[in-house]
Amino acid sequence: MKKYIWPSIKLTLFMVLVLAVLYPALIAAVSKTAPGQGKGKTVTVNNKVVGYENVGQNFTEDKYFNGRPSAVNYNAAGSGGSNKGLSNPDYQKAVQERIDTFLVHNPGIKKEDIPAELVTASGSGLDPDLSPAAALIQVKRIAAVRRLSETRLMALVSDHIKRPLLGVAGPAKVNVLKLNIALDALK
Amino acid sequence: MNSEILGVILTFIITLVIAFPLGKYISKVFQGERVITDFLNPVERFIYRICGIDPHKEMNWKQHMAALLSINFVWLIYAFFVLLFQSHLPLNPDGNPDMTPDLAFNTAISFLVNCNLQHYSGESGVTYFSQLFVIMFLQFVSAATGVAAVAVLFRAFAEKTTEKLGNFFVFFTKTITRILLPLSIIMAIILAFNGTPASFDGKDSIVTLQGDSVQVSRGPAAGMIAIKHLGTNGGGWYGANSAHPLENPNYFTNMVEIIAQVIIPMALIFAFGFFIRRRKLGYVIFGVMTVGMLTLMIPTLISETAGNPVLGHMGLKDISAMEGKEVRFGVAASAYWQVMTTIISTGSINSMHDSSMPISGAMQLLGMMTNCFYGGKGVGLLNYFIFLIIAVFISGLMVGRTPEFMGRKVEAREMKIAAIIALFHPFLVLVGTAISAYFAAHHPQMAWSVQPSSWFNNPSNHGFSEMLYEYTSSSANNGSGFEGLADNNIFWNITTGIVMILGRFIPIIGPVAIAGILAKKKYIPESAGTLQTDTATFGIMTYAVIMIIAALAFFPALTLGPIAEYFQSY
Repeated sequence: MKKYIWPSIKLTLFMVLVLAVLYPALIAAVSKTAPGQGKGKTVTVNNKVVGYENVGQNFTEDKYFNGRPSAVNYNAAGSGGSNKGLSNPDYQKAVQERIDTFLVHNPGIKKEDIPAELVTASGSGLDPDLSPAAALIQVKRIAAVRRLSETRLMALVSDHIKRPLLGVAGPAKVNVLKLNIALDALK
Repeated sequence: MNSEILGVILTFIITLVIAFPLGKYISKVFQGERVITDFLNPVERFIYRICGIDPHKEMNWKQHMAALLSINFVWLIYAFFVLLFQSHLPLNPDGNPDMTPDLAFNTAISFLVNCNLQHYSGESGVTYFSQLFVIMFLQFVSAATGVAAVAVLFRAFAEKTTEKLGNFFVFFTKTITRILLPLSIIMAIILAFNGTPASFDGKDSIVTLQGDSVQVSRGPAAGMIAIKHLGTNGGGWYGANSAHPLENPNYFTNMVEIIAQVIIPMALIFAFGFFIRRRKLGYVIFGVMTVGMLTLMIPTLISETAGNPVLGHMGLKDISAMEGKEVRFGVAASAYWQVMTTIISTGSINSMHDSSMPISGAMQLLGMMTNCFYGGKGVGLLNYFIFLIIAVFISGLMVGRTPEFMGRKVEAREMKIAAIIALFHPFLVLVGTAISAYFAAHHPQMAWSVQPSSWFNNPSNHGFSEMLYEYTSSSANNGSGFEGLADNNIFWNITTGIVMILGRFIPIIGPVAIAGILAKKKYIPESAGTLQTDTATFGIMTYAVIMIIAALAFFPALTLGPIAEYFQSY
């Protein structure tokens, strides 16, 4: 063992220099040319940063498209899911409450039509997206609160749908923050 | 066929297309043949010179293991003390505190052994310095350790009778300079251009559109997320790992990350075939592993896409199993990831495994219990080699021939080692789970900082699964978790720390020892009486051995956990 310790220590020091100093410095330097300069892509309204494109925000008010339930209340100082299993009675109660709350806020929507993602917490607690169906089901409520026509809102949602990758891989999605910014801009 | 299923099929195809040529390349690197990265030769010579390494000095298997353990020991001490005093070191813009000794013990071991079990949360439990100088550093070197160990196996079977099996430090250095670092640089840049942070800025405070004040954790994450996948490490920069929208911003990065974690383990199988000039053996091993992967993948895809029955009971028509999953990946890509990350010992996640359907949970556990379908960086093939030796022995007995592998007789000593290694993993997992279950059942109110009764996030059988998963993940050096478990306390930090370190080094030393012993033996040329190990029949035999050992040893525990939960919920 003893004869390997010195080479090991020297090799460790050298590798720390390469892997923990030079490598991240190189990536940080290259990322300066990336969108967001490697600090994360921000979204601005009237020159004011209102959020990060990829980080979901809490939208609870009826006049906005609401995002998914979050186990960390959308505070991106942390992240995480509920980690509840489906057999857990507490979990079943929480889902039932979310269904009831949704029905109260969305009169005219039948219970069976609620998309599952609106009553289940995301993995990160910061999910920035909704599926098109989960956005469209909120149109009726928002149209009533904002006194806008449902067809205009549906067109707005359609404009914000991001198709699957290359049109073939993965689900379609809508970025909730961008959708709500566009919603505020509607006259 | 819908776009979600198409997405995962496409992902697997791309993985194969990259892994095959990469296998050829890796084989050439270790053969010392000409490759495109030869411009690094002077750099490597410089490293050997300043570190006092003689690259031409060949080692036998014992010297290999001595070198491997020596350098790992250095890293363990280094990592432990950095984590213990991290708040006094630079690069801590968020003002995160030191780790407690038990957490530092657990974390240092966890990253040293390529496990990456995380009992802290990335945003608040470590500093940027620790993330880069301990965690990311260990992600590189632990992966290179695994590859250097499997390279010994390559050498042992490439020649007829030999004691000289190459130089550990050379294998290690070349793995970093020729494989891990170049691929990591490419991948980190792809991630950075898709929105993963890479700068050293600390937390940002913003006021959201609705008027809430929140903070957003950032940091030089892209580089670490690249190696965490390429090195089958799995420890995330952020707490939510690759479910976090900055760690894994879109479906494209999700494909990149899941492909990155599988390519090297897969490439190593092809590399083995090329290196020992027995391609067919490589293809048979690959075939068995792929069938094993599908055995776990198909039930998982079915159970996840079938949805969550509880939502159906509540009267919803859309019952997609979206708890713990992200919209941008969808259910199918999450299910695909669940299986891949558990069979290849990465342990990064893009959905919360604790919230997956019971059958998927069982498949994730089985993936870690078998731990050799593709498998972790280097160690997957080493684990498979153990099952292969057992299959050789059993087949030999069945047909009444002397068990031979690659022209060497497999005798009592090798068989004893193989049997001990094969049983060691179930031993660690089941003893650990039994001890924790004992405390949870009989001493729920123990006067510990976290009482055993408060360990669980879910009651009953699912709570048992949380404990079983934690030890399986530790022993398999996987690192994912049923994260509901309250694991940052002395009991879990110490017990899983011990399981992780034993579960790493014993299963490396065992197969390397067998390979070394076999390599020294007299070479017997193949004859009509030789057992053929590169046939489909022998492949099926190996598959059966894997399934019988894993399934029979673990089946009772699986019954108490996910299987019982399945019958309660459907």
